[in-house]
Amino acid sequence: MIQTENLGKRYGRFDAVAGLNLKVAPGQVLALLGPNGAGKTTSMRMIAGFLRPSSGRAVVCGHDVVRDPIAARRALGYLPEGAPSYGELAVAEFLNFAARVRGLTGITGARRMDEMVERLQLQPVLAQTIETLSKGFRRRVCLAQALLHDPPALILDEPTDGLDPNQQREVHALIRGMARDRTIIVSTHALDEVRAACNRVAIVAHGRLRVEGTPAELEKRSRYHHAVSFRAPASALARELLARQPEVETVEVDPVDGRVTVFPRDSGEIFSIVVKLLEEQRVRVEELQLERGRLEDVFRQVTDEAFEETAVAA
Amino acid sequence: MSTHASDIVDHAGRGRAFRGVFLRELHGYLITPVAWLFAVIFLLSAGAFTFYLGAFFERGQADLDPFFRFHPWLYLVLVPALAMRLWAEERRSGTLELLLTMPIRPWQAVVAKFLAAWLYIGGALLLTFPMWLTVNYLGHPDNGVILASYIGSFLMAGAFLAISECLSVLTRSQVIAFILALAVCFLFLLAGDPLVQQPLLALGSNRVADALASLSLLAHFQAIARGVLDFGDVAYFALTIVFWLAANVLILDARRGG
Repeated sequence: MIQTENLGKRYGRFDAVAGLNLKVAPGQVLALLGPNGAGKTTSMRMIAGFLRPSSGRAVVCGHDVVRDPIAARRALGYLPEGAPSYGELAVAEFLNFAARVRGLTGITGARRMDEMVERLQLQPVLAQTIETLSKGFRRRVCLAQALLHDPPALILDEPTDGLDPNQQREVHALIRGMARDRTIIVSTHALDEVRAACNRVAIVAHGRLRVEGTPAELEKRSRYHHAVSFRAPASALARELLARQPEVETVEVDPVDGRVTVFPRDSGEIFSIVVKLLEEQRVRVEELQLERGRLEDVFRQVTDEAFEETAVAA
Repeated sequence: MSTHASDIVDHAGRGRAFRGVFLRELHGYLITPVAWLFAVIFLLSAGAFTFYLGAFFERGQADLDPFFRFHPWLYLVLVPALAMRLWAEERRSGTLELLLTMPIRPWQAVVAKFLAAWLYIGGALLLTFPMWLTVNYLGHPDNGVILASYIGSFLMAGAFLAISECLSVLTRSQVIAFILALAVCFLFLLAGDPLVQQPLLALGSNRVADALASLSLLAHFQAIARGVLDFGDVAYFALTIVFWLAANVLILDARRGG
């Protein structure tokens, strides 16, 4: 369980994070989204105990991160932004160091180390100095450090940044596999990562939490929710007719691939209406799809609103 | 809820985090060129100064005074060079975030780093033993004085080290850390010297001048090097070390709030 209550960080007159309330339970993987500078990393640093909050508090597995820092850190695995590690050490030496500091020694420590090396495929570079490794390997080395003590709570700041698609999939599978009884917070810019590994989403902008919910709930807020898109070589008349339907808000054509998207009014169900009309007009449809909603769209919407809000406030 | 390895972790083993950092630091000295450079330059210049500037043979006396006389000046340059990376490098590379989010208290990290570096310098100091063998082969020196001098030299290195480590936490640039440490160490070394005393006396602040004079590292080292392991002198070095390490912990901690 990771919980924040009114968590805030203030630099001079600038609120990097303000009044952040989060409650992430075991089994939940929360994706922390937001534009650069939104306060994601600052929030994570406060929960991890690197920065001291200016207001509010953060609790990791029942331990207040300020009043009971050692117990909170024991319960937490943390991958800092940029995945730092001691470049002059070999991978095995670095993991040994992390294990020793975490009190993982003897057989338990060795077994955990083997497990991490196998799952993150570090075997080929174990004896190599970290500074000679590629970005992908370095990230996985630091990830191994975060997972080594099998913590019940995890905070991963951009875990797949710099990884190739295969490695990304591997890390997503790793996160999903660990999710069952753990509390995990992941920050990311890759929205497909949210669908691949997370079951909750929080969008922050300008230091404040804007939206929170399951990915499906957020997708509902998108104007693409319940929209119908199709591809048809000749559909000018059908588009015209569709746009006149009372249930339809608007019809858009993608200038690049010619895909037609029909947006419903008030997120109504228009699939059957569109299908019926296309059949009546004998439009040869190559492909037809009911849209669930797009996170990209919600993300833009939410961050734009936040921007306007602060612009007005200023 | 299943059992996590973190539950099994020995909660009584509180010293383990300290040991982990201490061993990593010590290991760092054995694999980085800077540390070996320190040892080699220290040994070479200690020898060269003793025989050339110190006129070890020409004096015709069986003691190590010309050897120890140059230690403060060697440490003045070499200890800040060895210690400049202690925190500056952690800050630059971001590993500070890693270290401070591990289950270790800031004072443990500060002391672990200090002890590892001090031990390393102590090792380099021990490697000057041929000097001691030489003087014993050539004559009959007072080995008590030599032992006291070694202890004084080691304590002085510790004081320089504590100052340098503390100043290293102020910046992410090793060069700035080095220059800062060099300047402050120099001030403390010569606190009793006319160079520092004259301007203060000229300003009419006799009490400040006196207070500063009593903080002179050089005076306390020379007192011990004469062979008198006085409690006051030893306490002076111990307090200097504790003071700067405590300041180091406070600055490190204050940075999290900022």
